[in-house]
Amino acid sequence: MAEATAIESPSAAPGPVAGPVPVGHARAWLRFFRSELRQVFLRRRNLLLLAVVALFPILIGVGLRLASHPSGGGGGGGGGGLSFVTELTGNGIFLSFIALSILLTLVMPVVVAVVAGDSIAGEAGYGTLRYLLAVPAGRTRLLAVKYGVIVVFALAVTFVVTGVALATGAVLFPIGPVTLLSGTTVSLAEGIGRLVFVSLYVAAAMAALGAIGLAISTLTEHAIGAIAALVIFVVASEVADQVPQFAVIQPYLPTHWWNSFDSLLRVPIDSSTLLKGLLSFAVYLVIFGSFAWARFTTADVTS
Amino acid sequence: MTGVRAVSPGPAGAPGAAAGEPGAPGNPAPGATAKYAGPGPGPSPATSPGPSAVGSSRALAVSTSGLTKRFRGGQVAVDHIDLAVPRGSVYGFLGPNGSGKTTTIRMLLGLAFPTSGQAALLGVPMPEGAVRVLPHVGSLIEGPAFYPFLNGRDNLARCDAADRTADPRTAAKRINGALDRVGLLAAAAKRYRNYSLGMKQRLAIAAGLLTPRQLIILDEPTNGLDPQGTREVRALIREIAADGITVFVSSHLLAEVEQVCSHVGVMRNGRLVFQGPLEELRRTGAARIRVQTTDPAPAAAVLKDLGLPDPQITGDEVTAPLGDFQPERICAGLVHAGIGVRGLGVVTPSLEELFVGLTGEGFDVDG
Repeated sequence: MAEATAIESPSAAPGPVAGPVPVGHARAWLRFFRSELRQVFLRRRNLLLLAVVALFPILIGVGLRLASHPSGGGGGGGGGGLSFVTELTGNGIFLSFIALSILLTLVMPVVVAVVAGDSIAGEAGYGTLRYLLAVPAGRTRLLAVKYGVIVVFALAVTFVVTGVALATGAVLFPIGPVTLLSGTTVSLAEGIGRLVFVSLYVAAAMAALGAIGLAISTLTEHAIGAIAALVIFVVASEVADQVPQFAVIQPYLPTHWWNSFDSLLRVPIDSSTLLKGLLSFAVYLVIFGSFAWARFTTADVTS
Repeated sequence: MTGVRAVSPGPAGAPGAAAGEPGAPGNPAPGATAKYAGPGPGPSPATSPGPSAVGSSRALAVSTSGLTKRFRGGQVAVDHIDLAVPRGSVYGFLGPNGSGKTTTIRMLLGLAFPTSGQAALLGVPMPEGAVRVLPHVGSLIEGPAFYPFLNGRDNLARCDAADRTADPRTAAKRINGALDRVGLLAAAAKRYRNYSLGMKQRLAIAAGLLTPRQLIILDEPTNGLDPQGTREVRALIREIAADGITVFVSSHLLAEVEQVCSHVGVMRNGRLVFQGPLEELRRTGAARIRVQTTDPAPAAAVLKDLGLPDPQITGDEVTAPLGDFQPERICAGLVHAGIGVRGLGVVTPSLEELFVGLTGEGFDVDG
């Protein structure tokens, strides 16, 4: 507070401005971060998106429950190359893995894209960006806080899917010791432990996607454009990942490793695949994070 | 102001011609930086710079040298301007829309980067010193902008949370104080979306008053306001200035700010065509003699013979710069020459006319 009293009497000493002593550097960061987090998580649009995301595992669970019913025809359960579906009838925990792998194709990326694409472009669109920078929030600091919020949101989206799916699975299917994809059976507690790591892996994938979204978001003041661009980016990558002729570049595609979380469901864990996936996420984070920073700290704010 | 206007319903061209020289693009701005080395002739004694401020940029709340912004298309929005805003002054930054005011303000606040030249706020170079100096600077930039789905108080809280120098323990009190100051306390819980334009404008000013400031930069604070709203903003500017805070206020209308300004800078096509105390601008308006006559051409000849430079004829009127001549001597001269004089008067251009002379009339904002 000492510096505040000095500021209050400007006519007394019109010397150069002493650097304002931060109330506490870490505390100030935390305060800004919490404030931005509140904006994102209390915003009705985002809450609605999370609610929609939560609805999907329930729908998938109910659908699979009906399809797997003994009297309901034997055709169900084999669709889409989902290796977990056959396991589901034996154990409800698999609904989480099924939900993650289905929603990872589009629903989760779209929801993350909304928040990531909106992060800077939305502020620019409302004109609030110029006011935040004049506060001054600090360009690097603002970008870091925005990305932090995206990461938290990516975690939230993932754990909403996992959590709702787990609960739905427990209600609709038997639950108990988990038979992994490699045939080994582990306790339910270990199964849930692995589910947590699977979720973290998926959240990391979404956070890397968020970095791409942040970079795109610094290029425009139209949030919807940034969101659309990111979704198109995801779809294009997924399509390229399905075309055999593109096999050479497929490991470098941003979406290529998203579904590799099933490596965690084997004994021993296929750590080489996992690490490749995490490395891919890290590389995308560094490249697009640097791009966002380079762009945002040097661009004129004209909105 | 109104009094001056009443005696000077002169032709629109005359004052423009009188102030023509500084208005011509390419001429150096008459306002010189050195002028502000000492305590400025500000209106309020409390606002003069302290004794420690001797002739350095410390005495200036805003200073730029050769500040230039060239857009990617090659268009020069701001062309080598040298601003010198003395501390404690209320500086009116005037010019038509598109003359480079907002671009200048964006550069001052570190939102846009200059193509060349330097800028400093409170003696701290910008944009390098943004994080250091901007906590002492409140600003309204090109209209208010807040989250429409948040209420006024939450919007201010968001701004405050972004300020790493603001004390969170006093946040609620400061936010209420700022809202109270602009008269929005009663509407604090209302969503920004539902604010009237005047309320939005005032909320933006409140954001500039969240913490104690040394400088307030207001870009077109009266834009779009009704006369009452304009008066309110003016009263607010006076209050802020009375606290010893330097106010830098831009406007495209001289009339809206001239009552509160101690200094003005006038922009035209990206150039600063005048800068100095308001009184000095008034003084640049040279008085002219105006003769209404039945014989304009002979009358002009007589004026020339008397030694008045460059008399001009418009209809049945002849005008010429008066200089040190006695109007009654001119009258006598005309009558002596047998010119039918119907009316004779001395015309002093109003501030508004001087301003128009500097900035150009109407739609001639080129570039």
